[in-house]
Amino acid sequence: MSILVDGNTRLLVQGITGGEGSQHARRSIAYGTNVVAGVTPGRGGQLFDDKVPIFNTVKDAVRATGANVSIIYVPAAGAADAILEAADAGLPLVVCITEGIPVLDMVKVRRALQGSGTRLIGPNCPGVITPATRTRVGIMPVQVFSPGKVGVISRSGTLVYEAVAQLTHLGIGQSTCVGVGGDPVIGTRQREVLEMFNADPETAAVVLIGEIGGNAEQEAAEYIKAEMTKPVIAFIAGATAPPGRRMGHAGAIISGNTGTAAAKKAALREAGATIVESPSEIGSTTQRVLRERGLI
Amino acid sequence: MKIHEYQAKALLAQFGVPVPKGRVATTPAEARQIAAELGGKVVVKAQIHAGGRGKGGGVKLANTPEEAERAAAQIIGMQLVTHQTGPQGQKVKSVLVEEQSAIERELYLSVLVDSTSGEPVMMASAAGGMEIEEVAATTPEKIIRINVDPATGFLPYMARQLAFGIGLETRELLGQAQKLMQGLYEAFAAKDASLAEINPLVLTADGRLLALDAKFNFDDNALFRHPDIAALRDIDEEDPLEVQAKSHGIDNYIKLDGNIGCIVNGAGLAMATMDTIKLAGGEPANFLDIGTVNNVERVTNAIKVILDDPAVKAIFINIFGGMARVDVIAQGIIEAYRTFNITLPVVARLEGTNLEEGERLLKESGLPIIRGTDLYDGARRAVEAAAGKVA
Repeated sequence: MSILVDGNTRLLVQGITGGEGSQHARRSIAYGTNVVAGVTPGRGGQLFDDKVPIFNTVKDAVRATGANVSIIYVPAAGAADAILEAADAGLPLVVCITEGIPVLDMVKVRRALQGSGTRLIGPNCPGVITPATRTRVGIMPVQVFSPGKVGVISRSGTLVYEAVAQLTHLGIGQSTCVGVGGDPVIGTRQREVLEMFNADPETAAVVLIGEIGGNAEQEAAEYIKAEMTKPVIAFIAGATAPPGRRMGHAGAIISGNTGTAAAKKAALREAGATIVESPSEIGSTTQRVLRERGLI
Repeated sequence: MKIHEYQAKALLAQFGVPVPKGRVATTPAEARQIAAELGGKVVVKAQIHAGGRGKGGGVKLANTPEEAERAAAQIIGMQLVTHQTGPQGQKVKSVLVEEQSAIERELYLSVLVDSTSGEPVMMASAAGGMEIEEVAATTPEKIIRINVDPATGFLPYMARQLAFGIGLETRELLGQAQKLMQGLYEAFAAKDASLAEINPLVLTADGRLLALDAKFNFDDNALFRHPDIAALRDIDEEDPLEVQAKSHGIDNYIKLDGNIGCIVNGAGLAMATMDTIKLAGGEPANFLDIGTVNNVERVTNAIKVILDDPAVKAIFINIFGGMARVDVIAQGIIEAYRTFNITLPVVARLEGTNLEEGERLLKESGLPIIRGTDLYDGARRAVEAAAGKVA
């Protein structure tokens, strides 16, 4: 199983002819992902790599190919518009990689998506990957992923690769890995992804990678306490970050008391999650928890 | 991006928010001149980005232009230390000279984006003139919040709700509050602010609402579409090493207090690397997210930024290459050794794409780079190296 993306994914790439878009479309195709269309306004009618038809608009692409997921590699100034175009074309899932989208643009996008049938993952995220069906909707390095039953959720990109590499090294594979993104206003928060993993029969446990800023982890903790039936192993980055400074990600800034790593760890611990203190022990801690629960 | 109080007030005035009459002065003579124009009774306020200026001695009342000149002479050029500047303080380059106001009540008003709901929120409180975080901690019931639906924008009923909630109940005051709150929201939205705060918002003895102090933070991601706001940047308010890093194309560099310089790709991994250094008994000298590493120059620039920090005793390069290529990192490190005189120990922990090629390059270079086998091992070696115990 898995969540969000699987063997039924028919992927459309917005920005397929750009530098990032072309590179990653190529890698996803090589991995085994079903890339059915690309969109670059003005290049409609052409073929990408002699294989993938390019269209001028998302509507055209969906009509012609039945694409059901879109990935967006459009620069920040045009990314919100690209998301809304995808939603308007009726796509049920849109993943936006772009970093640097103005927050107030995302405020408008989030509002516009309410009540639509479109789920947004991101922006400023590495995407979503389901190793079992070799479906890579994003920029994740495929060599660290392996199929299995641990769901992974992260606000960070390279930190999740570090975590997943540790898991794979120990023979613990992943059902789906979801990068929710590092921005303060995102399409899907950690809590919602936990709900999806909770309902997924192929996911036996969840690794949650959080960081300072906002209260998404506290929100996740509430859900874990009330509803989660599977073990959660969590690491929160930024215990050493100073308050008031933006640590790379737009959403990683401590203001007041809720945004600290300590507050998030306390909330998750209280909810029954296992907290990993050192990032190099994410894999080993997950292994221990899985063994304790008789899951491996 | 932050701006000064006088700039924030000018912006508010553009949007119809009443502010005290006043102008900025960079010399004591100028301050005297402005005070004379304003009738003599003024407040002289240090212009630095940090708060707490009053307690730090950066705000003085003056009853004559001569007193204003003397106050400005004391404040301009002072190294003002507040609880928000850090112990080194901030050098004051200018003062805002404003008419004094007869204050009857101090209120609080601000707009920011609430990440949980994904909507802008306007907050008001009858407890003005204090740090809002303190009010939130001790008397949270005194803070009234209203979400602003992006589909409708700020509406009159929202202003009424807030105004009644903070005791502005007469028709006259409601009218003023409405206009003021509308103006504040519009300034926030039009300029892509991340915070727009009036603290205190005062009710004067003659029944006027006035923004006595104003603060704006702007969304860095949106500056590209606000050249007027970007032009207000004050480099002197930023850490000189961070300014230097930006000039080398390294935007995500934050100077910290330790002695282990870090270069990492990805913000989350960079934070986790700092955390690991601390767990291994050391102190990071900085946060540096080098981002997607696709060219050698970027790597050498990042190393230069670290080398520019005199506090650094060892460098830890932690790269997990998905899109970043290890061979490019290796070339960057080799080039850095060639270009700069690197005498510090360098620890590298490298994983990912083109690892073998990168390893080969480093080996052939013969450079004394200490290798970490994993994240903790790399951090531990960097801590030891910084302490002078090189393996």
